[in-house]
Amino acid sequence: MDLIADHISHRFGALEVLDKVSFTVASGEVVAIVGPSGCGKSTLLSILGGLLRPSEGGAELRGAPPADSLNPLTFVFQDFALLPWCTVEANVEFPLVHTGLGITERRAVVDDALRRTGLSDFRGAYPKQLSGGMRQRVGIARALAVRPAILLMDEPLSALDSQTRELLMEDFIRLLADGAMGAVYVTHNLEEAVRLADRVVVLSRRPGRVREVVTIPMTRDERGGSDARGKLLTLQDQLWSLIRDEAIDAEREVQHA
Amino acid sequence: MLERAPSQGTKHDTSALRPVAFRGAGFMPGGGRVSGWIALALVIALWQLAGSAGWVNPLFLPPPSAIAVAIYKLAISGTLWQHVLASVVRIGSGWLIGTVLGVIVGFAIGLSTLARGVGITFISALFPIPKIALLPLLILWLGIGEEPKIATIALGVFFSTAISVYSGVDAVPRNLIRMAQSFNVPVHAIVAKVVWPGALPSILAGFRITASVALLLVVSAEMIGAQFGIGAFVLQAGNLMQTDQLLAGVVILSLFGLAVGKAINVLEARLLHWR
Repeated sequence: MDLIADHISHRFGALEVLDKVSFTVASGEVVAIVGPSGCGKSTLLSILGGLLRPSEGGAELRGAPPADSLNPLTFVFQDFALLPWCTVEANVEFPLVHTGLGITERRAVVDDALRRTGLSDFRGAYPKQLSGGMRQRVGIARALAVRPAILLMDEPLSALDSQTRELLMEDFIRLLADGAMGAVYVTHNLEEAVRLADRVVVLSRRPGRVREVVTIPMTRDERGGSDARGKLLTLQDQLWSLIRDEAIDAEREVQHA
Repeated sequence: MLERAPSQGTKHDTSALRPVAFRGAGFMPGGGRVSGWIALALVIALWQLAGSAGWVNPLFLPPPSAIAVAIYKLAISGTLWQHVLASVVRIGSGWLIGTVLGVIVGFAIGLSTLARGVGITFISALFPIPKIALLPLLILWLGIGEEPKIATIALGVFFSTAISVYSGVDAVPRNLIRMAQSFNVPVHAIVAKVVWPGALPSILAGFRITASVALLLVVSAEMIGAQFGIGAFVLQAGNLMQTDQLLAGVVILSLFGLAVGKAINVLEARLLHWR
């Protein structure tokens, strides 16, 4: 199943946020979206996931989702969006309750998602008892439980410390390794973008337009090697050179606002 | 290979050392339950001493022992239970009706644009009215039985409940609702599993307020027109200068308020254990 951004434009009142953004996320592909602060990355993701109606254009799907997918487009949120009154287990089970799965099947799905995210021993804990990294793991387990075709990740690591970020990045690489699941990965972190994505969509400053689409010329497996580090850094520099001036302008704009 | 930096933790010249002054004390008041009970006991002891020593006229301020005796006699004779039961039935019915309607209207205002527009206008206009002022009108409409008293309490409870409920619904983080929508969770399930538990802290805080409102209104309503009830009993005792019985009624009201507060504490501990 492909996800297509078709000339998406959006305005909040008089503020133009996105301008005719178009690209395609092919089945199993990971596309990162980067750009200066306020360029509409998160807005674009909300539109792609059907949580926001665009002013013009739209998000479209091509092809059928996998037969066992319960929620083809599934978000992983920056702030985790966990129900604080539910245990880890209940949070992961939450999206399954109204899918028609029986209790036994639901339990099996939850067990599997908890096992894949290393949360089996924390199933009875409440979110407030968990670290930021563990909370995001719950968010990921919840997303995996509905067997998505495409994960929509909105800066999923930005609220975490650098060590936790590194560990979760390794988890993402592992989860996306078999190509069964695609992803749109919104980030302001260029290192995350070049490590995870097959392609990087670079947006201009507001109103966000597609400025460049950069293909990462390595498989994710190859990026783990020590000789790939230099190439990734070069790619990162190239991406930074594309957005640096606009990022400075965007920063000044925020300061004057 | 990482090189280890030389340790700099050794004290070389101890003669020049002085401790860093602690500046982080205060601004963290604790529970202080024991001190509270001691203070209460001291006040009661002083009050008793003032009465026993003849420092105050017992006609105006009878000692705590006299009040305790009055409560005991009222309990033995059954008069106390008659009055308490009448008040409890009125408070219970009025509070329940007001709460159910308040929760429904509060949720409607919290979730619907139309209900918000209409509801907030009416609540803003009617909430400031002292509800006891409506009792004569309610007597005209509903007669002189229990209905106008219950309706007065229900009205007082309704407005505070509706306000606390829609404030609670407004306070539910929108990201949780969007999360549920992103998983295609049906609207009724979002209300039941996201909005309701998210608004519950505010709703329970509202219960605390409406319990006081109900107590205030039942006493006022019973003072205006009732034969039985704690309010009627207190007024009657005052008219007859039976201050020990008057204060016995006040103590009962205080105990009732404490019991309701305790019940809400238990409810909060059970329902909001996740906080």
